[in-house]
Amino acid sequence: MSARTTLRAFPTLLRVGFAEAVAYRAEMLIWVLSTTMPLVNMVLWMAVSREAPVGRFGEADFISYFLATFAVRQLATSWAAWLINWEVKQGTLAMRLLRPISPLWAYAVESIAAFPMRLMVAVPVILLSVALVGQKAVPQHAWQWGFFVLAVIGGWAVAFLANVAIGALCFFLESSQKVLEVWLVLFFVCSGYMYPVELLPPTLRTLIDWLPFRYQIGVPVELLTANYGWEESLRLLAAQWAWVAVLGALAAVTWKQGVRRFAAFGG
Amino acid sequence: MISVRGLRKHYQVHQRPPGLKAALRSLVHRSYTTVKAVDGISFDIRPGERVGFLGPNGAGKTTTLKVLSGLLHPSDGEVTVDGHVPQKREEAFLKKIMLVMGQKQQLLWDLPPAETFELNRAIYDVPQAQYKKTISDLIELLEIGDLIVKPTRQLSLGERMKCELAAALIHQPRVLFLDEPTIGLDVAMQATMRTFIKEYNEKYGATLILTSHYMDDVAALCPRVIVIDKGLLSYDGGLDALVQRVRPEKRVVLRLSEEVDAARLSSLGRVVTHESGTAVLQVQQEAVNATVTRALSTLPVMDLTVENAPLEEVMSELFAESKARRTAASEPVPA
Repeated sequence: MSARTTLRAFPTLLRVGFAEAVAYRAEMLIWVLSTTMPLVNMVLWMAVSREAPVGRFGEADFISYFLATFAVRQLATSWAAWLINWEVKQGTLAMRLLRPISPLWAYAVESIAAFPMRLMVAVPVILLSVALVGQKAVPQHAWQWGFFVLAVIGGWAVAFLANVAIGALCFFLESSQKVLEVWLVLFFVCSGYMYPVELLPPTLRTLIDWLPFRYQIGVPVELLTANYGWEESLRLLAAQWAWVAVLGALAAVTWKQGVRRFAAFGG
Repeated sequence: MISVRGLRKHYQVHQRPPGLKAALRSLVHRSYTTVKAVDGISFDIRPGERVGFLGPNGAGKTTTLKVLSGLLHPSDGEVTVDGHVPQKREEAFLKKIMLVMGQKQQLLWDLPPAETFELNRAIYDVPQAQYKKTISDLIELLEIGDLIVKPTRQLSLGERMKCELAAALIHQPRVLFLDEPTIGLDVAMQATMRTFIKEYNEKYGATLILTSHYMDDVAALCPRVIVIDKGLLSYDGGLDALVQRVRPEKRVVLRLSEEVDAARLSSLGRVVTHESGTAVLQVQQEAVNATVTRALSTLPVMDLTVENAPLEEVMSELFAESKARRTAASEPVPA
């Protein structure tokens, strides 16, 4: 598909995607409720840190960390693997494949189009964090905000591309839903979603640094709340976008090979 | 426009008997069988032709359409559609074709069809002026003006199918693949769809390939039919010639003003049906004139028509012939 066709169609795809997101607002609200685990963890870790700080984290740090985690999770997320599995099984992927625009763009736009609705949840949560913790809950410099925005986009890209790569495995397996479940378990353990990664022992941290999960949630959250310097921020962002490139290549290869095996069952 | 040479599409299908034991066994050992959905068919279709693909369920019709529209990669053979190799799914190719499947939908379920139309306009890069003209023509022809603003989920099947067709034609495809487009529709809606499809073909010179189990669709739309059975091409030619070949006999339909003995009717030809004052006789083609003359002179005839055998019967007979040939071919030859 040409980039020109895709770019020209992009605004309409986004507008229609947003209309769909509005149509599914109740479903989105339920999804938001299902992502409240960081709030539970926040309460637990606040209790733990009441006596003495855990690492560099006191009560206020845990509040800002987990509220940021909750907010970032609203944006750096994707359900493409589930969608691909469903559409391959039902044969409805055929309708997407008939169009002169890659289904991957369509999945991406559908996800991005929901951003305005998700920001309506995420922004107030960050404002609440500022109200509770003060200015140190958010970046102090404009460039840090820029890095945070890039990190959120990178986090979304990690989630989306990993979802596509996993989803495309269903062309080879009968279903890749279980692979997605394994990915999600590792995500909960390694991403910084349940606890800040820096609280883990050094060996485990090193291992996690080499895995993609932290770059979906942990890195954007840290860039929002940890007041990192220029060098550390750049290093994290570079590592994140390296993972975006790796997962992008993986997604492209699995999708391209997988579509050749598409059987378009069901009529 | 379309050229198909030795097209094959074979699938490896996992097979296991029912039951827990078989399920456990399939964990470590899976047996596969090869299904020959399409097994070496060849044909050509000229620009602007309307061709019907006929065959029983599982014959390979839909598989062929999916290969032609680029959804499936053929196992073997050469296929070109307007100079494109479908499975490459080039943008120029996808902008020329559309596949409408009666059992699948492209309309966005929770949004009005107008949103899908607008989406397709953007995706197919249709200029605004052309889009406005096309959509206004489609709305008028299909009478969907008040439907396109209602959420798709609230439309009836027939209303939805009309909107599906409109969505499929916004970019004015030069090749239209129709897979059971009238499935589940009532008789009036089927007729509307047929009229519209024929008008589209005549107005834009689009090539049209149709599969349908409703023989009325085929009879109304397709002067040429390609019959596929068990993945093999068993007939390619005119619909009338097919009927002549399989069922050369004619049907004489008599509407009678009073009851008549079965014996009097059977003296004229084989009685196919006789009820409620209407009798249908089957006679050899060369005997039609004589039978009509005798019927008019000896029976209380109010009305008389001469017809071909119904297409459904012709097709059943054709498929039965093919099955018998296959069975005979697979039987062991005595020593």
